[in-house]
Amino acid sequence: MNTINSSLQLSKQIRELCLNMVHKAKASHIGGALSCADILAVLYNDILKIDPNNPEWAERDLFFFSKGHACTALYATLASKGFFPIEDLNTYSQDDSLFLSHVSHYIPGVELSAGSLGLTLSHAIGCAIAKKHKNQDARAYCLLSDGELNEGSNWEGFLFAPHHNLDNLTVIVDYNKIQSLDRVEKVMDLEPLDKKFKSFGWNTMVIDGHNHDEILSAFQTAPNNQRPCVVIANTTKGKGVDFMEDTIKWHYKSPSEEEYNSACEQIKKM
Amino acid sequence: MRTAFVTQLIEEAKSNPKIFLLVGDLGYSVVEPFAEQFPDRFINVGIAEQNMAGIAAGLASEGYIPFIYSIGNFPTLRCMEQIRYLVAYHNRNVKVIAVGGGYAYGSLGASHHATEELGMLRTIPNLIVAAPGDPEEARLITKKAIRSESPFYIRIGKAGEPDVHEESISSYNIGQPIPIIAGSKAAVLSTGAMLAYCQDYIRESKLNHSLYSFPIIKPLLSDYLVDLCGKYDQLITVEEHQLSGGFGSAIVEQINDLYAKKRIKTYPIVRRIGIPDQFCSISGSQKYLREINNVVLSDQPDQ
Repeated sequence: MNTINSSLQLSKQIRELCLNMVHKAKASHIGGALSCADILAVLYNDILKIDPNNPEWAERDLFFFSKGHACTALYATLASKGFFPIEDLNTYSQDDSLFLSHVSHYIPGVELSAGSLGLTLSHAIGCAIAKKHKNQDARAYCLLSDGELNEGSNWEGFLFAPHHNLDNLTVIVDYNKIQSLDRVEKVMDLEPLDKKFKSFGWNTMVIDGHNHDEILSAFQTAPNNQRPCVVIANTTKGKGVDFMEDTIKWHYKSPSEEEYNSACEQIKKM
Repeated sequence: MRTAFVTQLIEEAKSNPKIFLLVGDLGYSVVEPFAEQFPDRFINVGIAEQNMAGIAAGLASEGYIPFIYSIGNFPTLRCMEQIRYLVAYHNRNVKVIAVGGGYAYGSLGASHHATEELGMLRTIPNLIVAAPGDPEEARLITKKAIRSESPFYIRIGKAGEPDVHEESISSYNIGQPIPIIAGSKAAVLSTGAMLAYCQDYIRESKLNHSLYSFPIIKPLLSDYLVDLCGKYDQLITVEEHQLSGGFGSAIVEQINDLYAKKRIKTYPIVRRIGIPDQFCSISGSQKYLREINNVVLSDQPDQ
């Protein structure tokens, strides 16, 4: 089995586990979880230097998941990689569970809690500075949603990182084009997003965020120019389930029994 | 006070390589010595306090001790959510420093009056809230903050506050009051830069009041409050802050709870001196603005 097949298998398992969690808990945000499943699969399968048996390993790469509402995708990834038993996901959003519906740093492997959008990037920048100060060859990754680019605090970070030559920082934008109440272009148009990042001084890559070859290649590209990298990943909200794809409704809705069964069938065939 | 703070910080940074200083493009003629001596541990983040607080949280998560420094409302209210969530919820070892507490930058207007931040910050779990009263207390609290792994907020004045303590304070528990004047009738409890004023007032008016300084307003160690309630039947709190939610409120809350739990037998009279729920849009010196906003002591109990 080569690497790509393995990340494909991982992405499939992430999607299945996400569906199980939101269905059992009658929870929201399946659309945004499915849109970033492939990015997480490639990162955790092929890129991040991490040790599931030692989540606090001091020289690990750091991955920050800012779209905390889509936490099922990260929980599923970490469980699949062995940070904790997959059965633990059954407690997601139940009474007395640490598996909150916004990502929680009390879960092994989760670097930072997130839920309020626009906070995480600055934290990741602080960690990138720290890694440089320690002369550690580790990288900080930060996955942002497209909607949260409305938050001004992110733009403070976008200005800061290139100015301070943070070439050990990679930002990924899960650009699924739908935010809370409407499509991104209608709420607060981000275009031309790649030009904005380029003009800010970022190494900017635009990829298909569901194509594992493109994702892998983007993360393996690190130009030696002392600039941070941004990967604008064009994705589809609800990717993998036809009736969930590219709809606002599945930012909120929880699948019925019938919808859940249909979704699971579709994921199996991916 | 700000010179005392930065001098102490530099002393500590010589032997503690974990200390960082982040500034929000402020600190002219104050922070330069730190920047010159520790250029790889000094960052001018620019006029971007939310980013500054977040970066500090990230540095702290990697074991560093970042201080973030700016004026009054900027490193506090402007980035309140970063302080609450990234710093306090994650219990990161970040020290937030605001210069110009109260009306220290009086003529610069309401944007620069730090008169609500103590109340806002003291509601946040895990965060220690400090307002030292003179340069010696600023040195003391800086040292204490570095030796504590808790997130800290430290409100300091600006430059030129008189020394109240004639000698260095050798022993201090976080949350205890420091006795300044021993009297018998009533006790004045002061926080922050009101200390020298309170001392002068008590001496000049020849009142037989005691004076205590509270360089830390959260936590307040209850044993010391029980002791105060046993000694005095009247307490007068003084703060350069809105009356609602600040130091006097914290004292009243704790005394109330001590009474409810029967840890004190009598409920003392508590007079609170502070700003009566108003903004100030008039120019003036710190002293003048305190006077027109009722932040003054008086021997009239109904003031």
